[in-house]
Amino acid sequence: MFSRAYKAAVTLPPLMWVTVFLLVPYLLMFCYSFWSVLASQTIEHSWNLTNYGQLLRIDVYWQTLLRSMWIAARVTIFSLLLGYPLAYFLSFHAGTRKDLLYQLVIIPLWVSYLVRAYAWKTILGSDGVLNTLLQYVHLTKHPLEFLLYSPFAVVLTLTHIYTPFAFLPIYAALEHIPRNLVEASHDLGATPGQTFWKVIFPLSIPGVVAGATFAFVLSLGDFLAPLLLGGPSGIMISNIVVSLFGAAYNWPLGAAISFCMLLLVVSLLFFSERLEKKWSFS
Amino acid sequence: MSSITTAVNISAKAGTQTAPSTLLSIRNVAKRFGKNVVLRDISLEVAEGEFLTILGESGSGKTTLLRIISGFESASAGEVWMGEERLDRQPPYRRRVNTVFQHYALFPHLTVEQNVAYGLRVAKRPDAEIASRVEEALEKVKMSAHAKSKPSKISGGQQQRVALARALVNRPRLLLLDEPLSALDANLRRQMQVELKSLQREVGISFIFVTHDQEEAMVMSDRIALLRSGELEQVATPREIYGRPATAYAAQFIGHTNLLRGEVRGGSVRCGPLVWSAAFRDGPALFSLRPENVRLSDGNAAMAGGVRIRGKVRHQAFHGATELIRVECGDGLVLVVRTPGSSGALDEVELEFSSADAILVRESLERI
Repeated sequence: MFSRAYKAAVTLPPLMWVTVFLLVPYLLMFCYSFWSVLASQTIEHSWNLTNYGQLLRIDVYWQTLLRSMWIAARVTIFSLLLGYPLAYFLSFHAGTRKDLLYQLVIIPLWVSYLVRAYAWKTILGSDGVLNTLLQYVHLTKHPLEFLLYSPFAVVLTLTHIYTPFAFLPIYAALEHIPRNLVEASHDLGATPGQTFWKVIFPLSIPGVVAGATFAFVLSLGDFLAPLLLGGPSGIMISNIVVSLFGAAYNWPLGAAISFCMLLLVVSLLFFSERLEKKWSFS
Repeated sequence: MSSITTAVNISAKAGTQTAPSTLLSIRNVAKRFGKNVVLRDISLEVAEGEFLTILGESGSGKTTLLRIISGFESASAGEVWMGEERLDRQPPYRRRVNTVFQHYALFPHLTVEQNVAYGLRVAKRPDAEIASRVEEALEKVKMSAHAKSKPSKISGGQQQRVALARALVNRPRLLLLDEPLSALDANLRRQMQVELKSLQREVGISFIFVTHDQEEAMVMSDRIALLRSGELEQVATPREIYGRPATAYAAQFIGHTNLLRGEVRGGSVRCGPLVWSAAFRDGPALFSLRPENVRLSDGNAAMAGGVRIRGKVRHQAFHGATELIRVECGDGLVLVVRTPGSSGALDEVELEFSSADAILVRESLERI
């Protein structure tokens, strides 16, 4: 048994941390979302729903939110399409090279996000590596403009950045599948393909859900990739929030948008948690 | 008395006359993992409808041999045939062999019913047929009431039955069982031994049963293949292997025995203070004498071929139905005697056994 004093000493710091750095800011943000900015650039502390109304009324806000979700959805799909086969190969067929390959997948995470985003800029730009190469081998006459400053560039970069996040939970789920289940399936006459779809994939679903949640939530809130590579057409909702809190000086509207995103993300996490529970059997 | 070689020949002939046709034939199979030799030159035949047990200690290679038959391991040398069909070149999912795994390996995301239906589903049998065969299989193992349960909701013994039904529903020609009872407690285990055996009789499928438990092997098997360090020591019926063990290891591993080391010269055997006449080839010899074949002499006239010796009782252990008595007979010879019931406190005794019960066995050489 631990003494009361000990329990208090252990629980107090994290409790304080959560209160000061999470609860209070969120509460403040929630309050801000009901206030408004006067012409004199001062904030009026009167409670109304104008900001939420604006969010629905002004096209650019909800359209950007939808586009962000669409970008995040594509990033999720591509991350899963890349991450799943990689995780499957590593878990089932890599043999003795497993640890080495695993480290190779993880290494990009040690490189600064900013560096990786800039790297794509040098690859995709008009004078970039890709366009130079394409012109050198005479596949194109002029630099391809859609490569950089477009939603394409954003999806590509975010996929590159978040694939390891999708990979990791999938890999963990696959590693947890008892290998005698795979043998039992073969023993009962199932081909490798049937075994994958009837045993391996269903049992890896919790990992897929967790990986998809990571990729979607992280890329939905991203603002660096669209800032550096998105151009006007690749703007995402976080960029709008940043500008509302910065140059536009409309904290209340920024807070309202942030709160909507928070709600979206939390409900998403809730559903993915439910889904993971439903598909785990240990 | 006839020598051991003729006795074995006679029983082998009797075996081939009554045995039905051969189902599985393992020919000179060997297995190496790197430099580690796990199996060497194993040849073994399994008849239709036979219950064969591969018995061995852990590390004897018994599971590896089973995995070579099921296809999860490939043999380094040798062949496996099922009838006219060469098995060892086929992937596991093409072999008409099913396995009951040590830890059952039930699919956790499927219900009991779906688990049992798995093999028929992947074989794309019609739905009506699947339903009726699954029902029948669950009935056979008395698990119909749990058809809709997930494996995590049923007990170990029940999972065991489901694993059995899942394998049998495919009507394999051969069922492999990898220590299927080892995870069950003693009572349930004995009950399952009986059930499994009667189920095997009922369905008439050949079983290859792997275990390290010699009693289990004795109770269930038509024949036992005793494996030691990757080599077969003896393949015989439980009675044969107990009554006429071929090697010292077989004699010691299956039941208790007295191993008597001695010498044969000119038709007479001498083991320390013991002397009897027998027609074996001259030279050093090793004999197995079961404790229950040694009696406390009642002082009457010796029986024909009887060997008698006096000794001092060193230890008595009462086991209920029988009592084990250790008797020191001088010259370093200690004999263990099994007597029915309790014999009371003993001191000096005279022992008696028939020389026919001293079975000549081969030395089991230590191998690395």
